[in-house]
Amino acid sequence: MTETRDAGYDDWLDALESGDGYYLECANGHGSLPPRRVCPHCASRELTEEPLPETGTVETHTTIHVATPSFVDDAPYVTAVVDFGPVRLTGQVLADEADAENGLEVTPRVGESETTGERLLCFEPR
Amino acid sequence: MTNARVAGVGLTHFGNHPERTSRDLFAEAGLAALDDASVDPADVEAVHYGNFMGELSEHQGHQGPLAAESLGVHAPATRYESACASSGVALRQAVRDVRNGEADVLVVGGAERMNNLDTARTTEALAIAADELYEVRAGMTFPGAYALMANAYFEQFGGTREDLAHIAVKNHENAVGNDHAQYQSEITVEEAMDSPPVASPLHLYDACPITDGASAVVLVSEDYAERNDLDASIAITGTGQGGDMMALQDRENVATSPAATDAADEAYADAGVTAGDVDVAEVHDCFTIAEVLATESLGFFETGEGVAAARDGVTTREGDLPVNLSGGLKAKGHPVGATGTSQVAELTRVLRGDHHNSEYVPDARVGVAHNAGGTVASAVVHVLEVQE
Repeated sequence: MTETRDAGYDDWLDALESGDGYYLECANGHGSLPPRRVCPHCASRELTEEPLPETGTVETHTTIHVATPSFVDDAPYVTAVVDFGPVRLTGQVLADEADAENGLEVTPRVGESETTGERLLCFEPR
Repeated sequence: MTNARVAGVGLTHFGNHPERTSRDLFAEAGLAALDDASVDPADVEAVHYGNFMGELSEHQGHQGPLAAESLGVHAPATRYESACASSGVALRQAVRDVRNGEADVLVVGGAERMNNLDTARTTEALAIAADELYEVRAGMTFPGAYALMANAYFEQFGGTREDLAHIAVKNHENAVGNDHAQYQSEITVEEAMDSPPVASPLHLYDACPITDGASAVVLVSEDYAERNDLDASIAITGTGQGGDMMALQDRENVATSPAATDAADEAYADAGVTAGDVDVAEVHDCFTIAEVLATESLGFFETGEGVAAARDGVTTREGDLPVNLSGGLKAKGHPVGATGTSQVAELTRVLRGDHHNSEYVPDARVGVAHNAGGTVASAVVHVLEVQE
């Protein structure tokens, strides 16, 4: 991973880390994530930052056993797509395989890879 | 408008060839295709070439010219990259070039070298077909992404790991006798079920292998085929492409593949056929769940019914609609950039009657190839038909 920041993405993670998580909402109510200049769903250019809901619901999940070099020491770990209403997020669920299930309520937070120490989006079961 | 005819096809062995460069793999497949077509390299007007991860595995970009020179062809050459649909989109462009009168003779194909990297590095390379910021950095892998789709499918429509195992068993059975296939051996449902987990609910035998290989097709105009008295009885009568959001989290429903549905609808309309006219198909089964999504997108089964159809044997070689008579990506192998045109090469042989499984579909006249990129953010579908 380079030390150069990725504008938009790293700003979004910073905000989440300091308890001010947000998503982008367009004039038509579609959600998306930065960096964005237009809504990917309808091309609206009116994007505003809205507070990310505090809890989301696991929509689908998997336990990854064969990982990339950046996550080899983390494996096995649970990855999920979590529904926050206007947006969905993808990240690691901080739970054992046996405790991870669709419908689980979680809160987002910034964690780090056990392998590299890099920041990543995690989900804490409520 | 002239139809593009398949004048010849060529394939290397798909398998574990870590020492072979992609340029040499492509040379073997391309020269075999030119020989099969009885076409002189001097007649080739363009080369369209698919490759996905050359920069990562071989430290080599700009592979188009290398592909052309490996065949002794002096013509413009372009590399196409749409992840696992790289040679599928290359083929689509070649078909359009023939139809538009831009070229009478093209070589289109692809190659991939993967096994010179270890499994972890290959997993890392394949992951770049997903969204780097919002998927890969969260630890998502390519099998992991399809596992998320499988889990969502089971939740919405039902189905079990055992149902998916039937797809792997079928494709291994189909690969027996295919000299180009990576795995020319049968497996059982029990072996598939007992294989180690990769990304739950997907296990090792749900996944295609890591493969080195190349494929090529010689496409010609009807006029060129006639003037040169070529045996080119198979035409590509339909082409279609669809797209979707890159990241699963931005899709409307992660248990479906609408990009492939769009591609199929376009290709069928282009060819003037319907799903009901299709006799045989080669689909992109990078994971067993992907074959289910593909057969539904192609309109063979209703959404949510593909897994039952697979379990009930509808897609076996003795079934109503044989799928992946080659062995599919699962058993034939998946050298990413070569897969799209390898499907067309296999289908051409099935329809010509010189495929190892042609005997199961002696009257087949319409074939469909379905090639997907990433988690089907890209999809290409082609219709092949026997012409008199």
